[in-house]
Amino acid sequence: MCDNNSLIINTDWCKGCGICVEFCPKKVLSLSKGKVVAEKKEDCILCGQCELRCPDNAIFIGGKCDE
Amino acid sequence: MMYSNLVKKYYRINNLPHIWCPGCGHGILMNSIIRAIDNLKLDKDNICVVSGIGCSSRASGYMDFNTLHTTHGRALAFATGIKFANPNLKVIVVTGDGDCAAIGGNHLIHAARRNIDITTIAFNNNIYGMTGGQYSPTTPTGDFGTTAPYGNIDKSFDLCNLAKSAGATYVGRGTAYHASLLTKLIENGLNNNGFSFIEGVSVCPTYYGRKNKKGSSVKMMTYLKENCIDKKVVDKKPELGENKILIGELYNNSQPEYTEKYKEIIKMLSKES
Ligand SMILES: Cc1ncc(C[n+]2csc(CCOP(=O)(O)OP(=O)(O)O)c2C)c(N)n1
Ligand code: SF4
Ligand code: SF4
Ligand code: SF4
Repeated sequence: MCDNNSLIINTDWCKGCGICVEFCPKKVLSLSKGKVVAEKKEDCILCGQCELRCPDNAIFIGGKCDE
Repeated sequence: MMYSNLVKKYYRINNLPHIWCPGCGHGILMNSIIRAIDNLKLDKDNICVVSGIGCSSRASGYMDFNTLHTTHGRALAFATGIKFANPNLKVIVVTGDGDCAAIGGNHLIHAARRNIDITTIAFNNNIYGMTGGQYSPTTPTGDFGTTAPYGNIDKSFDLCNLAKSAGATYVGRGTAYHASLLTKLIENGLNNNGFSFIEGVSVCPTYYGRKNKKGSSVKMMTYLKENCIDKKVVDKKPELGENKILIGELYNNSQPEYTEKYKEIIKMLSKES
């Protein structure tokens, strides 16, 4: 069984639009060289707002076995 | 590889990442459809997604169901045929504002009038995206497009009002920002035995945004966040609805469904013979 417990970024699919960065309630995310990074991953509350609005499915909450 | 379970289950990963521009709202709207299907636990093989032509209509190529990418404006005509041939299928149409209200306007009003059991999701970005930013029937008066360099003199359609007046029995509007609401509306539309029309307000930063100096995709999403209001709230306090985009469930009314009425005719005639 997988625990759905971590923030996963698929950098290959990220187009750097910044939508997830803007609407993250905890300001966890930022852009670096045109790609999203979880700069303050320890502040992430796994709310899923980033996953909800990423147009490219490049960021999501998933279990270890999704990596 | 790093794909979410929804991606693995419902997308043709070979065709991804999609060709939409960075920050295009269409990707968010497409995901709302996927979540609605997943929430309802529908059988993948019993779904047929039909689209026309446009950036929005490319969605059918990414979604892993029975899919049909048809011709510009004609998705609803093809979908009508599919529903008639196999009324047990859940038929979903993905279309754009140009696709469903300009060239396909006739198909839209007649599919709605017949109340055929098809759920239509219109990705409304207020412009022809794919062909480079010509104004569409939903471009607001005064706004700019490559074909309206001095400002659009047309009045724009309210797609939801149009569908409702034509006879759609479930109508709602969500946005790329209000993606959870949109998912809920699509679920309700799929559950309605009749013609459901769900407008998903999109953002096209590349053409509509650039032509109209709306700024980045983030800015356009923020505009949606700040300028929409749910019909439920406006019903109680109408003054709050002024100059806002009305979202939420806009109309819900059960009526006899078209293919069922047709079946009754067949039944009646087979008894006679
Ligand atoms: C018969 C026909 N006429 C015109 C075109 C050119 N065309 C392709 S897409 C499109 C408009 C697309 O706009 P919309 O449906 O709003 O979708 P968007 O690209 O904005 O998502 C047009 C006019 C075509 N492909 N076929
Ligand atoms: S899950 Fe929530 S808190 Fe964590 S990065 Fe995404 S939006 Fe931010
Ligand atoms: S929303 Fe998606 S594509 Fe946009 S920056 Fe975030 S992860 Fe990248
Ligand atoms: S042109 Fe507009 S609608 Fe088409 S993919 Fe780009 S942002 Fe999206």
